[in-house]
Amino acid sequence: MIRRQAIVLLALVGLLVATYLWLYKIGVLGELRCGTGSCEYVQTSRYAELLGLPVALYGVAGYATLLGLGLAGLQPGLASDRRVSVLLAALATLGFGFTLYLTAIELFVLHAICRWCVASAVIMTATWLLSLADLRRAPSRTL
Amino acid sequence: MEEGSGRMKGFYLLLVGVAVIGGGVLWYGSQPRAPAPAPNGPLPVAAADGFRGYTMGSDSAAIEITEYSDFECPFCASFATVQMPVVREQLIATGKVRWRYRDFPLPTHAYSRYAALAAQCAGEQGKFWEMHDQLFTNHQWAQTGKNPRGLFRDFARSIGLDLDKYDACMDGQRYAGRIQASVQEGEARGVKGTPSFYVNGRQYQGRSASDDFKALVDSLAKKHK
Repeated sequence: MIRRQAIVLLALVGLLVATYLWLYKIGVLGELRCGTGSCEYVQTSRYAELLGLPVALYGVAGYATLLGLGLAGLQPGLASDRRVSVLLAALATLGFGFTLYLTAIELFVLHAICRWCVASAVIMTATWLLSLADLRRAPSRTL
Repeated sequence: MEEGSGRMKGFYLLLVGVAVIGGGVLWYGSQPRAPAPAPNGPLPVAAADGFRGYTMGSDSAAIEITEYSDFECPFCASFATVQMPVVREQLIATGKVRWRYRDFPLPTHAYSRYAALAAQCAGEQGKFWEMHDQLFTNHQWAQTGKNPRGLFRDFARSIGLDLDKYDACMDGQRYAGRIQASVQEGEARGVKGTPSFYVNGRQYQGRSASDDFKALVDSLAKKHK
């Protein structure tokens, strides 16, 4: 239960980060608060879009799905349901893979780091690890 | 059981708290702010320091081409990225032409004067042309309408500027007077739009983003072989 709670909390924070980047991308926020990073360089590069949509929007959708799934998995009827663990792990693995791809673009193609993207990468990595732990401890049969 | 439900209640309260605080921060960030730094409003005009624009090429070149340009203007960006490499290769690198860049930020563009300032502040550290290239090559900033302050700072970082010096220069609008003097010079010479070119002081009438300019480049190259 504690792992799913942690996943829900992380997904909520990730959703806020992704929403922040998405709002910048669509022009609602005029400027990113980035400190020492190169956020706007990364966010205005061509890699900040995928299939015509802002990458941040995929983040919003991914984190929102994780959040919804995690909240559902906290309900008494589903708390011990292995299917929730499997879905969480699958989604988190997808997100973690996407995170690896984006981080590689930052490091090896753009040679610039966006600290909000790093924050998202840390959140997604932690979520992925927690989802694997949740899957490992989930009962092998559904109730 | 009650302990468990109490814990869940606390957890949900925590979630709501995070959501409310995060949402509040996002809402606050989306509120319109004071105008961007140094848009095309009235600026303090410092006394002209006699600066006549950054040049590229040999001081002894027989031909000097002066360009009046605006960093936010799409035609200028097109010229800088499509035509200018040919000019650099065929005329400037060969010592035939010296290129002089003059600022002519148009009042219709929100951030062109700010971009000109960024280029001048880079020039202070010996990297005017590097910033010039960044501003024109990554020209999507000019289409977004967003405050480009952070992006220009990223450009400054990527070309290796000392950011403290850059920030001080930008915040103090150190070269606003130079830019205004350049605009006044252009107006006195009859510049109406950007980019405008003067070849050894005579206005070039051809279209800049066409083969006309290439023809001028070729004719100049032949003439000075």
